[in-house]
Amino acid sequence: MTAFTPLTSFAGGALIGLSALLLMAFHGRVAGMTGILAGVLPPLASDWGWRAAFLAGSVLSPLAYPALGGSIGFSVPVAPLALAVGGVFVGIGVTFGAGCPSGHGVCGLSLLSPRSLVATATFMLAAFVTVFVIRHML
Amino acid sequence: MKILSALVFGAIFGLGIAISGMINPAKVLNFFDIAGSWDPSLAFVMAGALAVAMPGYALVLRRRARPLLAPTFSLPARKIIDRQLVGGAAVFGIGWGIAGFCPGGALPALALFDRDTVLFLAAMIAGMVAARQIMKARGTTPDRQEEPGSQRA
Repeated sequence: MTAFTPLTSFAGGALIGLSALLLMAFHGRVAGMTGILAGVLPPLASDWGWRAAFLAGSVLSPLAYPALGGSIGFSVPVAPLALAVGGVFVGIGVTFGAGCPSGHGVCGLSLLSPRSLVATATFMLAAFVTVFVIRHML
Repeated sequence: MKILSALVFGAIFGLGIAISGMINPAKVLNFFDIAGSWDPSLAFVMAGALAVAMPGYALVLRRRARPLLAPTFSLPARKIIDRQLVGGAAVFGIGWGIAGFCPGGALPALALFDRDTVLFLAAMIAGMVAARQIMKARGTTPDRQEEPGSQRA
């Protein structure tokens, strides 16, 4: 079980939205983790600098947060083999699908993109079905 | 300035991921387990993000001809809904349901020094690189918006 945390989850979500808004206002860019990460993988994008900085920042704050007295809940109830298989699926899927929850779910929906709405509905549904099959049928 | 600001925006993103619970695969998987140990928290993450980004984007794109630090807005140019989009999203959703990690959750999770995160990310990056090779061989390009797309005034 994990505790229902509507307030902190909403607040954290608002920060994700704020990050997306600032990246659009200052850089004119969509804050999709898939797209930003793809640009620092070979072949390297010409504008890899800001991408690497964004990625570094996204790791630095959860590193600093516990030192400032915050606590981060984290556990991985998944076997290593399943993590590896799931990882490959995620990597292939976000590349062909051109985005993940941050790109399609937050930025795409905020741009009222029909493409992102279809993608978001599809990956949410697929995840619901997958978890149901793994936890209640296998 | 671009690098420094991107670092700060990334830090805000990572903090949001950590505080919201998106960083935690146990919480993500419980969100998808409606028939079992359901934890609806992640719906509130989405609500919080959209509550800020949706009106914020509208305001920025309506009020400004260009971003503060770049010549143009680089918005996703592709509009078509095809098998590649839906198939890719479905494969991603299956992987998300298996592992409980998505790209935006897993990268900030590196800060927690857990071997599972590294294993997942290595497999995910291998999948991304392989998929891009396949797309290149097929003559399709990943939609990663490296070039400035349609510009909105």
